[in-house]
Amino acid sequence: MIGLSHYLIVSAILFSIGLVGVLRRRNLLMLFFATEVMLNAVNIAFAAISHYYNDLTGQMFAFFIIAIAASEVAVGLGILIVLYKKYGSLDLDDLASMRG
Amino acid sequence: MENLVYVALFAPFVGSLFASLFGMSERKMFVGYVASALLATAFAASATLAYNLFTTGEVIHVTMMDWISAGDISIPFGFVIDQISVTMMVVVSFVSTIVHIYAIGYMDHDKSFNRFFSYLSAFVFSMMVLVMSDNFAGLFIGWEGVGVCSWLLVGFWYHKPDQAREDNPSISPSWAANEAFIMNRIADLGMLVGIFIIYWNTGSLQYDEVFAQIPYLSDTILTTAAIALFIGAMGKSAQFPLHTWLTDAMEGPTPVSALIHAATMVTAGVFLVIRANPLFAETPEVSFFIASLGTFVAFYAASMALVERDLKRIIAYSTLSQLGYMFAAAGLGAYWIALFHLAAHAFFKALLFLGGGNVMHAMHDELDLFKMGDLRKKMRGTWIYMTIASIALAGLPPLAGFWSKDAIIETAFNEHTYILWIMLVITAGMTAFYSFRQIFLSFHGEDRHTALGFHPHEMYKFVLVAMSPLAVLAIITGWFMGAYKGFIYQLGEGVQYEMSEHTHHLATYLGLIVIFFAVSGIVIAYLKYARTGEKAWKRNEEVEQGFFYKLLKNQYYVPKFYEEFITKPYAMISEVFWTKIDLKIVDATVDNIAKFFYSTGDKTRAMQTGNLSNYLNWMAFGGVLLLVIAAISAMIG
Amino acid sequence: MYEIVAFYLFSALTIGLFLITVLSKNVLYAMTSLAAGMVLISGFFFILGADFLGVVQLIVYVGAIMALYSFAMMFFDATRDIKEKNTNNTLVFLLGGLSALVLVLMFAAPIYSDTIVALYPMTEGVGNAQDVGMVLFTKYLIPFEVAAVMLLVAMIAGIILAGKKMDESLTEDMSADDEIMIVKDDK
Repeated sequence: MIGLSHYLIVSAILFSIGLVGVLRRRNLLMLFFATEVMLNAVNIAFAAISHYYNDLTGQMFAFFIIAIAASEVAVGLGILIVLYKKYGSLDLDDLASMRG
Repeated sequence: MENLVYVALFAPFVGSLFASLFGMSERKMFVGYVASALLATAFAASATLAYNLFTTGEVIHVTMMDWISAGDISIPFGFVIDQISVTMMVVVSFVSTIVHIYAIGYMDHDKSFNRFFSYLSAFVFSMMVLVMSDNFAGLFIGWEGVGVCSWLLVGFWYHKPDQAREDNPSISPSWAANEAFIMNRIADLGMLVGIFIIYWNTGSLQYDEVFAQIPYLSDTILTTAAIALFIGAMGKSAQFPLHTWLTDAMEGPTPVSALIHAATMVTAGVFLVIRANPLFAETPEVSFFIASLGTFVAFYAASMALVERDLKRIIAYSTLSQLGYMFAAAGLGAYWIALFHLAAHAFFKALLFLGGGNVMHAMHDELDLFKMGDLRKKMRGTWIYMTIASIALAGLPPLAGFWSKDAIIETAFNEHTYILWIMLVITAGMTAFYSFRQIFLSFHGEDRHTALGFHPHEMYKFVLVAMSPLAVLAIITGWFMGAYKGFIYQLGEGVQYEMSEHTHHLATYLGLIVIFFAVSGIVIAYLKYARTGEKAWKRNEEVEQGFFYKLLKNQYYVPKFYEEFITKPYAMISEVFWTKIDLKIVDATVDNIAKFFYSTGDKTRAMQTGNLSNYLNWMAFGGVLLLVIAAISAMIG
Repeated sequence: MYEIVAFYLFSALTIGLFLITVLSKNVLYAMTSLAAGMVLISGFFFILGADFLGVVQLIVYVGAIMALYSFAMMFFDATRDIKEKNTNNTLVFLLGGLSALVLVLMFAAPIYSDTIVALYPMTEGVGNAQDVGMVLFTKYLIPFEVAAVMLLVAMIAGIILAGKKMDESLTEDMSADDEIMIVKDDK
């Protein structure tokens, strides 16, 4: 039988994959993709907990996370376009202008 | 009556506050007038209280407010007006009033005129708190208050530079002020310990409650408390070995010397012994020690005064010597005689000092007796005053000093302490010699000052008039000894002291012996110093090189000893602590902490690359670290 | 039985697809695999009985967000491979691996409590969509409205940032240093 921990483990693995992406990629667009992966990993965990505890709260949170993800993408992509127009690149190494 | 208590207490305080308003501004005459008027008010209030007490015999207790109350401790801010405190109040406010008026004339060229009056009135306020308080805590507050004011006033001319000890034994006003303050600090620690012992064992600091419990306390506790309190008294009243500050305190302006270092503050130690007489009466060993020390100091100080050339220092030594007499009386149990001598001494010594101030003013701050001579023609009023004061000091009848001092000497005889008696009699002769030596050297003999370019002039008229009450009191105080005895006997058995029948019979002869010694002292002084022409006094180098002369001149090398064996080793230890411990350990620790943060900041600055990717790495690193910590703590917990 | 099969299948596929997303050099591949992974995640939701959430996942993620990404990609040169400097691969995989390990260990260990009580238990005999609607519009009404406002704000922001004067820069001059000067001059 598939237990809660199976889902949580899958969720953790997916989260870590997203984390690797966040750490590894230098391209802002790819960073966005990695962020989506992490958000979805969390959503799985919420849905699984909701199911196993027979409680709808988890699903509610998943909804709101989806809403936030949508807003984030809308605003974030707008900023990406502005950046691209300004610098002609989305590579973080090129955008580093505040070296301390 | 209660209001009068507050008037007597707070009038000087108001005067001080008023004067301090103008502390930084130019000399304003009205500051002096207002301060003096307020002091006169305080005196009037004190005198009314004294008269009231004299007629009705009712002791007044006033509690102004609860001062400290925490847990079991309850110390009210209360005052008591009994025979002892009212005597002190009258003496203090009277002498202060005259000194204030005198200071208007004396300080008229000083640019810190207003500041001087604010300090002086503040001193009087502290002194009033000291004498009026009905508990040891209030006494201690006043005690410290007069210490601070003394420090401020001795160091009043703080801008004067330091000099070598050979040129000026007091080095500088600031040095003398610090010396006085630090020595008193040492003694005050003893006093504080005494107060703690008393509180610890009786649970109260109120005089009445403490003294009521004395019969129930063990001898050890009483002795310890008496010794500790007397250490405090020794500091304030400049008894050996804490005496050196008093002569050095003469660096202050002369009104200060007259008020603080002759008439009032230095007698606070005597006052303490008298105030705590139930305690000291129960500890005969301590009392006898007090009497012996007092006698010793009387003799010791008088011997140093024999060769001193500095006018004010001679008077300071005589103060020291007279304080010794007071302690001798108090130690022998004759508390009321000590108190009476305190009052009489305050009058004639203040007069002497103020006269000395006139001379100093006339001679442009020159105090060397060898540079004066024959001043009486130019300063007739001052001469008369100083002669009166000196006769009183020397103890010739019918002036004030004779009655009180004779009573003290008689007490020593009465108690069968003949060694003390002999020393006190000899000291009386020495006192007469040095006080008249000073008079003859300055006012009689050959004119030595004109050749040195001094053109002395008499003090302002109003100053001389203001001094006249002191002169009158210096003459007549002794006549009221009997009345005063009746007055203070109302207080109870503690302060009563009667001579035995045997002594009473011999009283006349004893008095004659003292007078004989005093007169011979004066005659020797006259023969040596007062004559003119062929037999005029000349400096004798040979004598000045003699062993005893040098020993006395250098104050038995006590200041030198303190400097070599206390000050210098202390400075060396301080130096070591500073360079070795403070700089190398304390400062270095602080510096290294700062350096550590600075270098961490410098190193971690590299983290701020401005590259988002790096920041994300760090963030992830932190997140993982937190996760690991959470996991580990979950496992452990 | 089929639930177990579905779970393992979906797990393997999602992990693989997301790995492609994260590691691929080509933006197009990455995006495509991401979209596919999203679809499979909705599969998880269906298995877990969260039908409505699954549908929302499909519509919002696969439909809306992916479409947004595709449009955005048109502004960038998507066909070219992305060149990145991966200086610290060991560190990255160490951190990722460690976090995965710790999380897995934590979830696998029986440390979560049995005392958790359902706050809004699912109603028996009611479909998931209806159930969700009841909770969402009663207990979570205010957060729901706030989320709506937030989406509106995000939409306006997106339009202004990306949509306005598509052919020009937002700021007239391309050099960042002169921006402030120009703004001042305009005043």
